[in-house]
Amino acid sequence: MTITKLKPVDVVVVGTGVVGSILCKELADAGLKVVGLERGRMIDPQHDFAMPYAHDELKFDRHSDIFQNLSRETITFRNNMSQTALPMREMGSFKPGECVGGTAAHWGTHTRRFLPWDFETRSRTIERYGKGQIPENCTSQDWGITYEELEPYYDQFEHLYGVGGKAGNLNGEIQPGGNPFEGPRSREYPNPPAAMTYAGTLFAKAAESLGYKPHVNPTAAMTQAYVNPYKLMLGQCVRGGFCSSHGCANGAKANPLTTVIPALLKHKDFELRPLSNVIRINLDSDKKRAVSVTYLDARGREVEQPAGLIILASYTFNNTRLLLLSGIGKPYDPVSGQGVVGRNYSYQSAGKVALFFEDKAFNPFMGGGARGTSIDEFNGDNFDHSGLGFMGGAYVAVSSSGAMPIRSTPVPPGTPRWGSAWKQAAAQYYHGNFTIALHGGSQSFRSHYLDLDPTYRDANGLPLLRMTFDWSENEKKMSAWITNQAVEIAKAAGPSKMSVNPTAGHYSIVPYQSTHNVGGAVMGADPAASVVNKYLQSWDVPNVFVIGGSAFPQNGANPPTGTIGALACWAADSIKDLYLKRPGALV
Amino acid sequence: MPAQPHAYGYLTQPEVRFLDAAVARLIPADELGPGAREADVTCFIDKQLLSAWGTHGRNYRSGPWPEGTPEQGFQSRLTPQEIYRAAIRETNVHCIKQYQKAFEFLSQQQQDEVLHGLEDNKIELESLPAKLFFNLLLRNTHEGFFADPLYGGNRDKIGWKLIGFPGVAASTYNDHIEKHNVPYRAEPVSILDILEGRAKVDAQGYPRHVMLDGQKKAGGDDNH
Repeated sequence: MTITKLKPVDVVVVGTGVVGSILCKELADAGLKVVGLERGRMIDPQHDFAMPYAHDELKFDRHSDIFQNLSRETITFRNNMSQTALPMREMGSFKPGECVGGTAAHWGTHTRRFLPWDFETRSRTIERYGKGQIPENCTSQDWGITYEELEPYYDQFEHLYGVGGKAGNLNGEIQPGGNPFEGPRSREYPNPPAAMTYAGTLFAKAAESLGYKPHVNPTAAMTQAYVNPYKLMLGQCVRGGFCSSHGCANGAKANPLTTVIPALLKHKDFELRPLSNVIRINLDSDKKRAVSVTYLDARGREVEQPAGLIILASYTFNNTRLLLLSGIGKPYDPVSGQGVVGRNYSYQSAGKVALFFEDKAFNPFMGGGARGTSIDEFNGDNFDHSGLGFMGGAYVAVSSSGAMPIRSTPVPPGTPRWGSAWKQAAAQYYHGNFTIALHGGSQSFRSHYLDLDPTYRDANGLPLLRMTFDWSENEKKMSAWITNQAVEIAKAAGPSKMSVNPTAGHYSIVPYQSTHNVGGAVMGADPAASVVNKYLQSWDVPNVFVIGGSAFPQNGANPPTGTIGALACWAADSIKDLYLKRPGALV
Repeated sequence: MPAQPHAYGYLTQPEVRFLDAAVARLIPADELGPGAREADVTCFIDKQLLSAWGTHGRNYRSGPWPEGTPEQGFQSRLTPQEIYRAAIRETNVHCIKQYQKAFEFLSQQQQDEVLHGLEDNKIELESLPAKLFFNLLLRNTHEGFFADPLYGGNRDKIGWKLIGFPGVAASTYNDHIEKHNVPYRAEPVSILDILEGRAKVDAQGYPRHVMLDGQKKAGGDDNH
C-alpha cells in the first residue's frame, strides 16, 4: 500500500460532528491551520435532505446511509465477561452517524444541561447519604469540572444551536414556567419555548394535578427563525415530524451542517477531507508526543498527516478505539480494576408508560424536535433517596416527536402481534395514544467497559471494539420506582388502557433505545481513574485532546448532546487560552 | 381487490404465492378494508430483497457464527435473500408433510397454525431458526404496509388511510398544533404522488393537504 506523507499542519481534528466542527471553527479562527478528517461522506443539506425525499421513513429510519456503515466497522457486544461477544450485525440499540455533521445530522434536538449533581455524583452522594448509598462495584466518579465552570460554555453552545426553552433558574432566581431544578443559568434561552401539543398539555396538566412542576422541553429545532453567532441563518421548524433519524428539509434543526460547517468551509485556514478514515495516531519514540495521524482515503491509500495538535472528536466508540489502537493510555482491566482506556462505559436507562384513549385525537404525526413537556422531580438527586436502595434518577417526559407509521403504531397490551385484531387496534389507537417516557441516568460499574475484540475485525483488518454491558440492579430499581410515579401521572390523564415497561432484565442490543453511549475515555482529576484531565487533554500524550461523550465518567439522565457541545466549547477555549500559550500538560 | 400482476426481480412464482398468502394472514383484508396482500406487500418485499438491504449491504457479514443470546441479536450467516429463499422452501416442506399441501393451498386456519408455529419456533426449519424468518417477515410486512408507495407496497396508501397518517407533512402544522383534540384528517400524500404530479406543493416543496370529512382546507393560501 502506498503511504503518502503530507505537509504538517497545526491541528488535525478527527471527526466533524458536534465536537469536531466547533473545534475546527474555533481553532481556525485563532489563526491555526486546521484539517478536519471525516470517515463519512460530504452532505449538502439542500440536496441530501430535500423535499419530498426527506419525508421517507423507510430510507432514513431503516436503511439510512448517514448511519454508520456496519459492513466496514461495527462493535461486538456481550452482557458479561463470561460470554463471547458477537458483532452487532445490523443497526439496533443505537445509531452512530457516518457523514459530515456526524451523529447530530440525524439527532432529535433534545438539548438539556446536566444537573450540577451530575458532575459531582460520587462526592455529593456520599456527602448526603454516606458511602453505603454507592452500590457495590459502582465506579461512578466526579468529573473534575463543576457545573459552575461549565455554565458559560452551556450558554455558548445553546446560543450557537439556537435552543428554544424557558429558563427555570436565572442566576439563582427561580422562574415561573421553567424547570426549577436546573442549575442556575446566566441568561435566558436564545429562543422562546415551543408551542404545546395536546399530548404535552395533557401530561403537564396531569403532572400539575399531582403537585409537580412541568415545563416545556428545550429543543434545538428552531422555534423561530434564528441567526447564530457564526452568522448562520436557521429556519423555523414546521413540526412536520420526520425529525429524529432524518435530516431536516428546511434547515430548522441545529446541527453541525446548519450551525457551523457553512461558516467553516469559507475559512482560508481550514480544509475538510471527507471519506478519510483515521486508523491510528502515531507517537514519537518515547510515546510522550503524537506526531501524526494515519488515515485511509477514499481510494484506500494510506495517508500520513503530521500535526502539532491532534484532537479526537469522533463518537464515543471511535474515540476509545483509536486510543486503544494507538497505544495511548493504559487499557482498562476489569479484573484488576487497573488501567483507564475503556473504563466506565455507560448508557442511559429508560422506562415507558404508554397511554391509550378511546375519545381523543393527538394528531401524533405533528411534532418533532423534542416538542413536549417534562418534569424534573425525579432527576439526579432532586428527591430524597434515603431507603430507596439506588442512586440517580430520570426525567419524565412526553415528546411529540412526530409518530411515523412503521416505527410508531403502538397497540394496547394483550393485542396479538398480527391478524385482524392487531389491524383493528393499530387503526383505532394511532391517533389516540401517547407515551410517558423515563429518560434515566446510568451509573458506571467495574464490569461495564470497552476493549478490543479478540476475534472480530473491521474491513481494514483491525480489531473491532468490544462492549461488555448490562443493566445494573441500581438502574433497574431506579427505573421501577420512577415508573411507578409515572403510572400515577398517567392515571391522572385518564387513559382507558396502559402498558407499563420499566427497564428490566438484560440489556439487549436489538431494539432502538438511544444513541447516548458514553465513557471509555473519561475525564477526571486523577490520572489513575481517567484518560483525560479536566481540559479533555490526554494525561499521557499532552498534544492529544479527546473530546465527546467518551469523556463522561457516567451518564446523567438528560440527553448528552448539550453537555457534549458545552465540553467542546470549553475545550476550545482551554486550548486557545492555555495550551497554545504554553504547550504541554495543563494539569 | 386482487393484487395486480407485477414483474418480480428476485422472488420465484411459488415464493410470490407463498408470500401473498402469508401477508394476507398477517394483515388481513377485513371489514376495516384491504390488507397487506392488496397493498402489494409481496412486491415491496421483492424490491427490498433486490436492494442493498437484501444482501446485507450495510450490515456486518464476517464470521464466526455462534448462535449467541437473544440480547446479541441477528447472527445468521444468511442474507435476507437467502433467508426468504430457504425459509419459504422449508416451510412448504413442513406444510406438505403435515397437510399434504403447499402453504398457499391451506385453509386460513391451517395457515395461521403454521405462522404461529414459525413465530413460536415450534416448526423446525433446517437452515435457520423459524422465529428469525417469522420476525423478518412480520417486520417487512409492516414496512411494506406503511412505507411510502415509492417502494412498491402501501398501494393506494392503504396502510396510511387505515390509521389516518397524512404522509408527507404539510408546512402548516404550526397552525394546527395548538388546536387540541381536533383531529387533522387529510387525504394522505406520498412522495410518489408528488413525483408523479398528483399533489400540489408549496414554494418549499411541502404538499398542500386536502382535508377529508368536509374539514377546512389546511393548505394555507393556495389559490391554484
